Amino acid sequence: MSNTTIKREGLARKVLKNPSGWMSAGFVFAIVLFGVFAPLVSAWDPNEPDVYSVLGGPSAAHWFGTDSAGRDVFTRLAFSTQFSLETAALAVVVALAIGVVGGLIAGYFGGWFDAIASWMTSILMALPGLVVLLAAMAVIGPTMWGAMAIFGVLLSPAYYRLVYTTVRGVRNELYVDAARVSGLSDLRIIARHILGVVRAPIIIQTAIIASIAIAIQSGIEFLGLGDKDTPSWGAMLNDAFRQIYDAPGLLVWPSATIALVTISLVIFANTVRDELERTGPRVKKIKGLGKTAAQLADDAAEVATIVHAAPSRTNDALISVSKLAVGYPNGQGGVKQVVHNVNLTVNRGEVVGLIGESGSGKTQTAFAVLGLLPAGGRVVAGSIVFDGKELVGASAREYDQIRGGRISYIPQEPMSNLDPSFTIGSQLVEPMMKVLGLSKSEAKAKAIALLTRVGIPNPELTMKKYPHEISGGQAQRVLIAGAVSCDPDLIIADEPTTALDVTVQAEVLDLLRDLQKETNTALLMVTHNFGVVADLCDYINVMQEGRILEAGPVLEIFQNAQHPYTQSLLDSILEGGPARGAYIAPKGN
Amino acid sequence: MLNFTLRRVFNGIVMMVAVSFLAYFLLYIGAGNVARLILGLEATPEQINELNEQLGLNRPFIEQFLTWLSGAVRLDFGASWSMPETVNEVLFPRLGVTLTIVALTTLVAAIIAIVLGTLAAIHGGFVDRIVQFLGLIGFAVPGFLVAFFLVTLFAIQIPIFNAVGYTDFSENPSEWAKSITLPVAALALSALAAVAQQVRGSVTDAINMDYVRTLRARGLSFNRVVYKHVLRNAGGPALSILGVQFVGMLGGSVLVEQIFAIPGLGPYAVSSTAVSDIPAVMGLVVVTALVVIVVNLIIDLLSAALNPKVRLS
Repeated sequence: MSNTTIKREGLARKVLKNPSGWMSAGFVFAIVLFGVFAPLVSAWDPNEPDVYSVLGGPSAAHWFGTDSAGRDVFTRLAFSTQFSLETAALAVVVALAIGVVGGLIAGYFGGWFDAIASWMTSILMALPGLVVLLAAMAVIGPTMWGAMAIFGVLLSPAYYRLVYTTVRGVRNELYVDAARVSGLSDLRIIARHILGVVRAPIIIQTAIIASIAIAIQSGIEFLGLGDKDTPSWGAMLNDAFRQIYDAPGLLVWPSATIALVTISLVIFANTVRDELERTGPRVKKIKGLGKTAAQLADDAAEVATIVHAAPSRTNDALISVSKLAVGYPNGQGGVKQVVHNVNLTVNRGEVVGLIGESGSGKTQTAFAVLGLLPAGGRVVAGSIVFDGKELVGASAREYDQIRGGRISYIPQEPMSNLDPSFTIGSQLVEPMMKVLGLSKSEAKAKAIALLTRVGIPNPELTMKKYPHEISGGQAQRVLIAGAVSCDPDLIIADEPTTALDVTVQAEVLDLLRDLQKETNTALLMVTHNFGVVADLCDYINVMQEGRILEAGPVLEIFQNAQHPYTQSLLDSILEGGPARGAYIAPKGN
Repeated sequence: MLNFTLRRVFNGIVMMVAVSFLAYFLLYIGAGNVARLILGLEATPEQINELNEQLGLNRPFIEQFLTWLSGAVRLDFGASWSMPETVNEVLFPRLGVTLTIVALTTLVAAIIAIVLGTLAAIHGGFVDRIVQFLGLIGFAVPGFLVAFFLVTLFAIQIPIFNAVGYTDFSENPSEWAKSITLPVAALALSALAAVAQQVRGSVTDAINMDYVRTLRARGLSFNRVVYKHVLRNAGGPALSILGVQFVGMLGGSVLVEQIFAIPGLGPYAVSSTAVSDIPAVMGLVVVTALVVIVVNLIIDLLSAALNPKVRLS
């Protein structure tokens, strides 16, 4: 199809524009030419000994010197290149023929062919290729052509698997179905649609397999099991190695040639892969394009938050976030800001909601408070004061003292937040031993008590289970138990019910409410759902596009929302209310 | 866990039998007229017949295979065709030497790879570039070229280590160390490079997992979470790459032993191949396959110990 042709030409051009692409391809090409034109590059005979110039150094007559039989090293290198590349190419061609054809047949038609092929593959995997080759050469004799043909068979699974998996993936695609319905024969479908998809991966694999074939070919020749009369890189190594004390320089030419060719092939493969994976144009780094953090903070300050009066609110701040800005590198040397000028307070014992749709920056705000922003993220401006202590710029050690025991966290997705390799029990016990300084048995007893409290049936048994052995609802209860286990002053709950079934959601919310009442812990609820905050929160902050738009006591917000975005969020939950209005786009979009 | 182990052991035995049968079939079919091969072109038909009788080569193939198999299960590989000693007498002392070298190499490669890969994943920068560079060199440059380089540099130009030969550890530990350092280094490079890259990748993946954040939110320090939780979760993929590399290492040891004149399986494989000593080649193939299968079994069990989900599959 014209479509794939364009894509391929694009890829080839991209690879050759890349310096490592054209340099590696150019070097391999030059070496191939060197081998092809071996008879023309020198007037010497590669096998003609000369007892008068044994182990001679480089000279005008012998550019690279002479070997232990007085043969011209440069000439031998040229002929060796020819033979070594030819035999390695044979292995590649055999592997390609068997692997690609086999992969196409098994992938397209499936069935018994694949069963046999996968069995053969696992048998071949049980033996090193070199050992199999040596065994084969014990019966076929010292023929490099035969050996490399067999090695091609051994290498064919690499192509087979590649083609097989691709074909399996493509076979059921709609356009293949369409082609079949329109009456194209299987052969034409394979040729047109499927080979187009696997072409680039096959090129990558071929470069790698060629480098392996060259290494093995040279190795066997070095062992002296090849044809004695034909010059090859390995035979040159063998001769040079015998003279390693008298003429260590002889090793350099064949070694360097082999190493440079194999390295070039691998670099070429890597470049093709990188270019294949890269989507869109190359991003050029331009320094100074991004604004400074201070400028960004100023920009953000222009959007004012609607703050409702909260006369009944105490003034006993446990955590107080002011003018917080969070940013990530934008890949062009600047900062992309995701949280702008956020002001937020949670008083002791208070439940505060932080509401917004996904991408509004509410989770980033929560992570910033925890000091656990994802890689690259950082607080670019503002302050976070917890119980009188500034957390922005606090050391890792200071933060480790605060997390767990003072501020804890309930995540959104229960399953991915439990370490799959450790039991539920050990994940509860480990932090309690560290933060509360409990002994192992004390921590275990407390963990069992906590699991009982959060409503886990049979807590002793659950302690011994792994995360994949419990349900999502139970996992969330375990995570809640973990969050309260070290008696924190503040719990940050990031969408604690979003990933759960509706019935489980209500139970988990009840649990959170009860635990909060019992311990009088402050709770920052991050959610997208007004329904969740309505019956839990004392105070609400509404967030969109990284900014807090409106803040106030929960009743005030429900009865008297000012910002159109808050109103649209409220409309979306009110039963029997008017139909949901148009989406309120953020300002500036 | 017991169930898992038994299943893997059973798979291993089936694989051993399959490999043996295939190797026996191909070698004996491929060898053609063995007696002619051994006795040379001048042998009379009577002599050939007599040798065939003696070696049991005129019996049906399946019978020959079963005779061989009944010896092989007792690890008896019969008489050599090229040496006065039996295959066992030569094979097993050499197997010990090769296993010493390969086991040591695996250990060295694994330790360095874990340290380098973890540092590269966490700190990036300089260590990361070293790992990337090693990855390219170790993957592309054949181990025997590394061996030439090491011998020339550290045994001939600067004679710190031995260029050839092998001293047993029980005889002289310091000589043993001098004889084994360069072969181990030459063999370790490519395995080390591959495993380090895998560790780098899987630590990078594991460190971005949600549970890492949650554990840190419970007050555990970054280092503690990395050493206890991240490394354990990253261990599985790294172990399977180590298994693949081990097979490559066994192949590479043939060349490296030849270069350093170490009396392991390598030189024996080369000389047996050169003279078509089929019983010796059979012994070598079976012992190598056995080592690979046992190592893969160990790796499977280690993965299962690290990751409870593997035990179910």
